[in-house]
Amino acid sequence: MSFMGINWLKYSAPQAFYPLAGSLIPWFAALATLAIAVGLFLGLLIAPTDFQQGDSYRIIFVHVPAAWMSMFLYVVMAVWAGVGLGLKARLSFMMAQAIAPTGAMFTFLALLTGAMWGKPTWGSWWVWDARLTSELILLFQYAGVILLRTSIDDLRRADRASGVFALVGVVNVPIIYYSVQWWNTLHQGASVSMTAAPKMAATMLTAMLLMTFGFWMYSIAVVLARARCVILEREQLPSWGKESSMPEVAEAR
Amino acid sequence: MNQPGMWDALRGIVRRDLLLAMRRRSDVAMSVFFLVIVASLFPLGVGPEPAVLRTIAAGVLWVAALLACLLSLGRVFTADYLDGVLEQMLLIAQPLPVLVVGKVFAHWLISGLPVVLLSPLLGLQFGLSGEPLGVLVLSLLLGTPTLSMIGAIGAALVLGVRGSGLLVALLVLPLYVPVLIFGAGAVTSSLAGVGGEANLSLLGACLALSLFFAPWATAAALRIALE
Repeated sequence: MSFMGINWLKYSAPQAFYPLAGSLIPWFAALATLAIAVGLFLGLLIAPTDFQQGDSYRIIFVHVPAAWMSMFLYVVMAVWAGVGLGLKARLSFMMAQAIAPTGAMFTFLALLTGAMWGKPTWGSWWVWDARLTSELILLFQYAGVILLRTSIDDLRRADRASGVFALVGVVNVPIIYYSVQWWNTLHQGASVSMTAAPKMAATMLTAMLLMTFGFWMYSIAVVLARARCVILEREQLPSWGKESSMPEVAEAR
Repeated sequence: MNQPGMWDALRGIVRRDLLLAMRRRSDVAMSVFFLVIVASLFPLGVGPEPAVLRTIAAGVLWVAALLACLLSLGRVFTADYLDGVLEQMLLIAQPLPVLVVGKVFAHWLISGLPVVLLSPLLGLQFGLSGEPLGVLVLSLLLGTPTLSMIGAIGAALVLGVRGSGLLVALLVLPLYVPVLIFGAGAVTSSLAGVGGEANLSLLGACLALSLFFAPWATAAALRIALE
């Protein structure tokens, strides 16, 4: 069967998605482990020491990818929520629900590593700089999405309400991105861009991109695993949970 | 015989909400008193140093206005939701966003406008005068409708949810941040002698954006809450 010939829509049914996700998780997990291991090796041991910041700059290899992921994941979550609202697809909402904790985790990681990096370079754990602040607000927004979902008992309403809120909050992501230009504060400008030549050594860049790739793979693996849990929790079919006896695709509803 | 148009519906909603608010005047008075009390607590906490007060004035007054707006958000839809009027409103032949605009405008007249009118007095208490005081009033005039607009989305999302008062704060406060930054920034830059025009323009942009998008988002949230 060719790649395009697969009926992808089939997998929008949780029953079909569940085994597919199960078979994909090990691959993404392996890729994540490999990329993060090589990335950390390159970043922590091989990459040259920065002549201004010394070795403390090496936290960049976790900090920047985590910050990127925190924003990407918010957008991805909002897109799933939007698809769910537009097409009334249950699985989309389940994906949005599965992404939120991982996104919040990366946001927290970015803030934590930012504070650890800020201490040696700026001399303080926390600065009310625009990017730090908007990252903090992003964390609040993740919390809002998760809390709104958990405080509504009716699943259908919880899905759709938190979806609307995620979409409204998307306005904040460009503000985060442009805040550096808007408020022009302490945080250094972007070191990597698509158009200009990167201002960092090639090894550093490779390590950072590898880490980003690794974080992506990690996110996909974790989100798929969590989506499987969500499906199990919500669909609760008697035969489910025993993977080997998973029913072949059924148009249950 | 003419069918009632969009404007009639809008006017009807605004008039009804204002009438209801006038019947329960203590509700309106409460959020105004809240603002005054919160603003008066800061000098007591920070100390009566005029120079310090002048620098924190914009931030304190803006945060107080934000909290006052937040406290009154529960009133936008809750009463109508509980007695079933909101469900009937969804059935009106006019588009739902129009009704939302009417309700939000009434909410602003009841809770936002008093804040704007009161702000010169509070500004004087904090040692603002002249141009910065004018900029403060102007920034609140431009900013508080945005707060009502954004707040309505949150209020509609948490309708009938347990612990909705706290939840709406968690949802809405992060979204208020740009308005707070631009609003307080306008006053601060005016104090610094740069003039608040840039920040006021950004506030106007926020208002335009929220006027355009928020009614739709609120309408969607209301439909979700009431289906």
